[in-house]
Amino acid sequence: MPTFVKMTRCDGCGECVDICPSDIMHIDKTIRRAYNIEPNMCWECYSCVKACPHHAIDVRGYADFTPLGSSVRVHRDEEKGVIAWRIIFRNGKKDMELLAPITTKPWGTGIPDLNSVTEPSDEMRNSNLLYNEPKYIRMDEEGLHTLETNKLVMKEGVYH
Amino acid sequence: MITTNPFAQLNAQSPDIFTPGVMQTYIVLMILFVIAGTLFDVWHKKSAKYFSMNTEKGKKNAKREVNSAERKDMMVKTVTSEVLTSSEFSNPKRRLSHLLTMYGFIIFVATTAIMIFAYPTIADGTPAILPLLWHLGALMLCGGGYWFWFAIRVDVAAEGKPWYKIAPRADMFILSLLATCTFALLWSFTSGMGIFLILFVASATFLFSTVIWSKFAHMFFKPAAAFEKRVIQADGSNEGLPGDFDLSSKEVHEKFPDIPTYMGDTPADMGPGIRREPARHY
Repeated sequence: MPTFVKMTRCDGCGECVDICPSDIMHIDKTIRRAYNIEPNMCWECYSCVKACPHHAIDVRGYADFTPLGSSVRVHRDEEKGVIAWRIIFRNGKKDMELLAPITTKPWGTGIPDLNSVTEPSDEMRNSNLLYNEPKYIRMDEEGLHTLETNKLVMKEGVYH
Repeated sequence: MITTNPFAQLNAQSPDIFTPGVMQTYIVLMILFVIAGTLFDVWHKKSAKYFSMNTEKGKKNAKREVNSAERKDMMVKTVTSEVLTSSEFSNPKRRLSHLLTMYGFIIFVATTAIMIFAYPTIADGTPAILPLLWHLGALMLCGGGYWFWFAIRVDVAAEGKPWYKIAPRADMFILSLLATCTFALLWSFTSGMGIFLILFVASATFLFSTVIWSKFAHMFFKPAAAFEKRVIQADGSNEGLPGDFDLSSKEVHEKFPDIPTYMGDTPADMGPGIRREPARHY
């Protein structure tokens, strides 16, 4: 189910239009406010909801996730570097807030300089290992874990 | 020239047509147009009904009650912040343009009414400050309005459309506003009746009679919406939105241990991210 815009809060700034990955948030030419032009193509990614500086956008979620009467709302605060969710159950028994960091360094800093890293060699390009493997996936100093290296045998058939 | 009352001059040039009665009747007619248009707009859009429904919903989800002293304080803050300084605009250009246009319009209309009702003839001796303010108001209105028209209007600023591409219903208000102040100034500076007077009166009549479509009603529902926003933030309902957290406080650290774990005890200001530049990639 899609996003919808509350017209009393929207000021037509276009942040949601800029950020929508499906390009379905547009500005109405006459009233100059945002609206979802293709609700059935909305995948509820919440990008526009988080981008809207006036909290004018909300999501009418699928009934199994957000049944009618419940509420899932979000506030993404860039300056503080946190995202806050508030989930209210429709039976009134739960009204919870969640807060999590979205960055630990100021925006625009900590960007890796790829020029300072050496290019992968042909041997690395042709091998089966992905970048930083096997170092970051193995739990000991030896090679990749396989059934053979762990002296395990695949038993045929279904068993309990 | 800018210290002469143009309406008194008009009366002097044509005392049989532009009597004080005629000019005052026109002002009253325009006021009636505004009242009727605004009331019809509110009824048609069901804004009052929507606001009362929203207020009821807010009261149901409120965590605490907001007393009348707090409400009065909020009303004052709404007026001094959102109304007088247009603080709802986060874009500084839009905010400045709106302030120029708003105050220009208020000064222009107020001095027009004062001059027509209190000093309609030359014999009444208009104080120089009034025509001065009238011209200043018109200039401010032109300044803010033309800036908006050529650079800030969303079609131009974000959608890359040329300034002369008009959206007829959407641009009715700003174009009639610009026409009114431009023709007012041209009429005053040409000191005559002529075409500029006709265009000034025509554009002003169009401006005030198209209130049901124009932006006028926003004068009332925007402050109401801003006041309602303060109330719901104070009573905890906040339309279901989470509150503002102080990332350095112990309570927040206890409730959300990820914050001190990954950001430290006093997280720094991270600066603007996606809002670093205005939205213009569409």
